Amino acid sequence: MGSLSSRAAVIPDVDSIRRETGFSQACLLRLHHRFQALDRDNKGYLSRMDLQQIGALAVNPLGDRIIDSFFPDRSQRVDFSGFVRVLAHFRPTEEDSEIRDPNKPEPLNSRMNKLRFAFQLYDLDGDGKISWKEMLQVLRLMVGVQVTEEQLESITDRTVQEADEDGDGAVSFLEFAKSLEKMDVEQKMSIRILK
Amino acid sequence: MEGADLAGKILYPWLMLVLGLILLPSAFGVNLGISEVYLKILVKTLEWATIRIEKGGRKESILNPASVGIIERDESPMEKGLSGLRGRDFELSDVFYFSKKGLEAIVEDEVTQRFSSEELMSWNLLTRTNINFHYISVRLTLVWVLGVLVRYCVLLPLRFTLAFIGISLLVVGTTLVGQLPASSLRNRLSKLVHLTCCRICVRAFSGTIHYHNKQYRPQNGGICVANHTSPIDVLILTTDGCYAMVGQVHGGLMGIIQRAMVKSCPHVWFERSEVKDRHLVTKRLKEHIADKKKLPILIFPEGTCINNTSVMMFKKGSFEIGGTIHPVAIKYNPQFGDAFWNSCKYNMVSHLLRMMTSWAIVCDVWYMPPMTREEGEDAAQFANRVKSAIAIQGGLTELPWDGGLKRAKVKDTFREEQQKNYSKMIVGNGSLNSKSD
Repeated sequence: MGSLSSRAAVIPDVDSIRRETGFSQACLLRLHHRFQALDRDNKGYLSRMDLQQIGALAVNPLGDRIIDSFFPDRSQRVDFSGFVRVLAHFRPTEEDSEIRDPNKPEPLNSRMNKLRFAFQLYDLDGDGKISWKEMLQVLRLMVGVQVTEEQLESITDRTVQEADEDGDGAVSFLEFAKSLEKMDVEQKMSIRILK
Repeated sequence: MEGADLAGKILYPWLMLVLGLILLPSAFGVNLGISEVYLKILVKTLEWATIRIEKGGRKESILNPASVGIIERDESPMEKGLSGLRGRDFELSDVFYFSKKGLEAIVEDEVTQRFSSEELMSWNLLTRTNINFHYISVRLTLVWVLGVLVRYCVLLPLRFTLAFIGISLLVVGTTLVGQLPASSLRNRLSKLVHLTCCRICVRAFSGTIHYHNKQYRPQNGGICVANHTSPIDVLILTTDGCYAMVGQVHGGLMGIIQRAMVKSCPHVWFERSEVKDRHLVTKRLKEHIADKKKLPILIFPEGTCINNTSVMMFKKGSFEIGGTIHPVAIKYNPQFGDAFWNSCKYNMVSHLLRMMTSWAIVCDVWYMPPMTREEGEDAAQFANRVKSAIAIQGGLTELPWDGGLKRAKVKDTFREEQQKNYSKMIVGNGSLNSKSD
């Protein structure tokens, strides 16, 4: 038992997380509760196995790529702040009512950052470009064994050609963002957490 | 010596009280109504506590019940979600849909939340359920402290004594009865011993159980299936009738109890190695129910403990044996104590201790009319039918997922479904010649 502020004190570095992600105190509490529920062995961090055991994620064709996004730089553990940092990309943009201060770093849920998140789902080696091979591999993840290699290759060819502007055979982040400039990214990549 | 004398003076009337008020009535199946009075007082106190919290918490938002969910969901199917307004080809933006669905699952999925205790609408003065309720007033804290004292210093020793007496009586009683030759007298005595000890043990948790539809109580030669929340489920059901239990042989205290019980009554215990051999298990169970005089078998087809808000997939093995199935729905009232055993976080002993330091265990048991497998129905469909019936009766939601997800990963076949759907969209129509139909 205790007051609201002492409960939040259970979360390490709660103030810096709040500033960085923009989540409210109540949301962070809910997410921390969820983090602890996923952390079945009470380790204090999540491993890939913990995330793989979520049924609805395991059947998602991009499940493995999504899990990878929680473990950057070959790490094998994600703590609460890393967990929330990824989730912050999906915070709805209309929640931010105040005018953005240009001196502050771009919030994690800006349109550009949402696009960056989607981009790195494709960019397997993290070199800032989606090569033809990477595109093929991600497509293969999404369709499994249902589609033949030739069909998949022609889909990849078409997609890379359409997006690639400078003709280097790969899609950079700017080309990626340009091809999606008409897309309502904010709405498609937002999850509203009810308080 | 003074000390021993004093201890004796306290212990003697204590034991007499226990004997008179609890043990003897249990043996005769008489209910003195003490638990009802206790529960009434408890309910009044908890209601008062709830009102205090709501008064103080008007400024803060009220907790959403777990069933509403914590995120706003858009349940449109894959086609709509991928903006399928035109004949679809693959687009770079397709990844948005899947990543959103994936992140939604990470924040909240309907399975993982079943493996942790149900959240309460109002606080019941137990620290362990005080996740989102906050400090309100001095008076409430005082009541809470009083509650702790009552639970740990008065109720816990009482319950411990009862549990101890109950288990010892069970072990001794069944061993003694087992010495008699097999006869109807032995069966009757065995039933008496089992029932008395179970009633004592239920009192050890301050259990109040309401049985509904007693006319459908499982008959001999049938199989009883129920949803599983806690090892206490067994106790709850055996208080009202005798069952033959099925399970693995354990070591330690459980092992002693198992070995004692099987002396007077034919339970079916399996060695750990035998459990893997499904044919052997099925064969033994078939033999058991073939004998119409034997007690009904008690099985929990979910295979693991779920938190009593939903019913998960029933394993079809129990439904392949044949015979009449008697479904039973068990629903606990979480206000008085959380019965769910989270075997990942607590072991059996700490779970039982937590139950003994709750207020009470209050539950409803509904017996349901017997069901048999129909023509043209396979075991899995039959299992689902029984599962739905139990879910509807108990007021629980129904989930198609396997309770084994508590520990194991999802099978790859489920992912292939999703991949198939998606492939049909980007290849099935559109500019490519598809041979994959």
